[in-house]
Amino acid sequence: MRLLNRHPSRPTAILLAALPFAVVLIAYAIGSEIRLAANPQDKLLPAPGAILDTAIRLFTEPNKRSGEIQIWHDTWASLRRLALGVGSGALISLILGVGIGLLPYVRRGFSSFVAVISMVPPLALLPILFIVFGLGETSKVVLIVIGITPFLIRDLSQRVLDIPHEEIVKAQTLGASTWVIALRVVLPQILPRLIAGVRLSLGAAWLFLIAAEAVAAEQGLGYRIFLVRRYLAMDIILTYVIWITLLAFVIDYALKVLARRAFPWMEGGL
Amino acid sequence: MSFVSVRNVFQSYDRRPILERVNLEVEEGEFVSIVGASGCGKSTFLRLLLADETPTRGTITVAGGAPAREPGRERGVVFQRYSVFPHLSVRDNIVAAESFPTGWGWFRGGKLRAARGRADEVLERIGLAHVAGNYPATLSGGMQQRLAIGQALHARPRILLLDEPFGALDPGTRVSMHEFLTDLRAETKMTVFMVTHDLAEGFKLGDRVLVFDKTRWDPDFPEAYGATITFDFDARDHGVPYQRILDKIPSLAAAAMPSPA
Ligand SMILES: Nc1ncnc2c1ncn2[C@@H]1O[C@H](COP(=O)(O)OP(=O)(O)O)[C@@H](O)[C@H]1O
Ligand SMILES: [Mg+2]
Repeated sequence: MRLLNRHPSRPTAILLAALPFAVVLIAYAIGSEIRLAANPQDKLLPAPGAILDTAIRLFTEPNKRSGEIQIWHDTWASLRRLALGVGSGALISLILGVGIGLLPYVRRGFSSFVAVISMVPPLALLPILFIVFGLGETSKVVLIVIGITPFLIRDLSQRVLDIPHEEIVKAQTLGASTWVIALRVVLPQILPRLIAGVRLSLGAAWLFLIAAEAVAAEQGLGYRIFLVRRYLAMDIILTYVIWITLLAFVIDYALKVLARRAFPWMEGGL
Repeated sequence: MSFVSVRNVFQSYDRRPILERVNLEVEEGEFVSIVGASGCGKSTFLRLLLADETPTRGTITVAGGAPAREPGRERGVVFQRYSVFPHLSVRDNIVAAESFPTGWGWFRGGKLRAARGRADEVLERIGLAHVAGNYPATLSGGMQQRLAIGQALHARPRILLLDEPFGALDPGTRVSMHEFLTDLRAETKMTVFMVTHDLAEGFKLGDRVLVFDKTRWDPDFPEAYGATITFDFDARDHGVPYQRILDKIPSLAAAAMPSPA
């Protein structure tokens, strides 16, 4: 039998899925063991147990000076920036994407502009954003918006253009105005694509968020990581990295479920 | 002045002629079948009738009005595919024919309930009541086309344009769709243009069968000329025009009758 026709049974499949995680964990444990055996004061690869202790402490014990549990504040600050940035980006791209895809005048006016803008590396704009918007929240949110919006606009406008012309004509023969076609024919059909696009750009959004927080912030997950880097606090950094990964995973999964619930007519075509 | 009047219409894409010198007069209530080789411009002609495109030259008028510049409610259409909205349930696809002309394209409350009630009557008549809540993707090809026709007719157009509406269906389904369309037409007395690649279907359903073809042909440059209407058959009475020709030219009656003397 050809290799490409052989499928693992269900238990094997679960085992295979768990294997890479186990390998990484074991490799880390061994590495940590070796380094700590040579030098018990080594900070580079803390023992898994030590990381767990740190994590429990970070999530439950309030900071001695401020009396607050730092990681929750960092999480809240970061998620707020992420939601504002991704939300604004999604809204802008929805309006421009439908406009470019549906209206020849807007298409002529914007599509080359968006194509050029999407070539600008967003991180290169970060200093400009700090100068223009100051070091506060705005510059971080704007960086996320600039980072993900061009991609979303191009993705959505292409999806609008992919809607069969027959459907648009049919709506016109039923008497629909441009506005009604945008609202009742185009919008519902690209919302699933918007969610898919947001899922794809979340990785980039996190990147821009952490970069902006690393440069200038008072709190936030990225800010904390770069702060404790000075003390070589690997246990804290790793806790934060795992926490960020978990958050990103949960957000992605939630969007996936939302898309499936909200658009049953897609029939798993997402 | 006939109901639909096509006067000396030309259509070219990028200076490449597709249709040339097309003239046609159609009376209200006629069923016109259109046949012709693939790629000869049948769909193009339908798009012109629909006002989805404007002809390079010539005019198309309906009921003596000004030539339309964009598709509207007076001309309904059903394509071979993509003729219903995939994100609306079967019932709401029918409701769309009522709600789309409103400001927001949306009914709420009592209006929605009333419109859904009327939609259910339509679905009952076209035999789709049992799938009213389903999405079109779950329907068979024949059911989707029935829905598309029902939806187009619910907007009460004066002209119905069909572009190979049964082209993707299997022969059995096609026959039942013919009956369906014949019944609906008996009720509504609408003017219909139907493109088909099935000559028998064209003659079976149509009052007239138009053939599109090229009258001029340059073997070195096959794209030099466009197609036009080369035949206009009377297809009533199973395509035997003899029986009706006497209505048009009564003087022939004397010649046709064997004289008693
Ligand atoms: N929008 C368009 N732009 C350029 N060429 C087109 C366009 N639409 C149709 N054509 C060309 O016009 C010719 C006739 O097409 P069509 O009317 O679809 O033929 P039919 O429906 O008879 O098969 C084809 O050669 C097609 O490639
Ligand atoms: Mg065609």
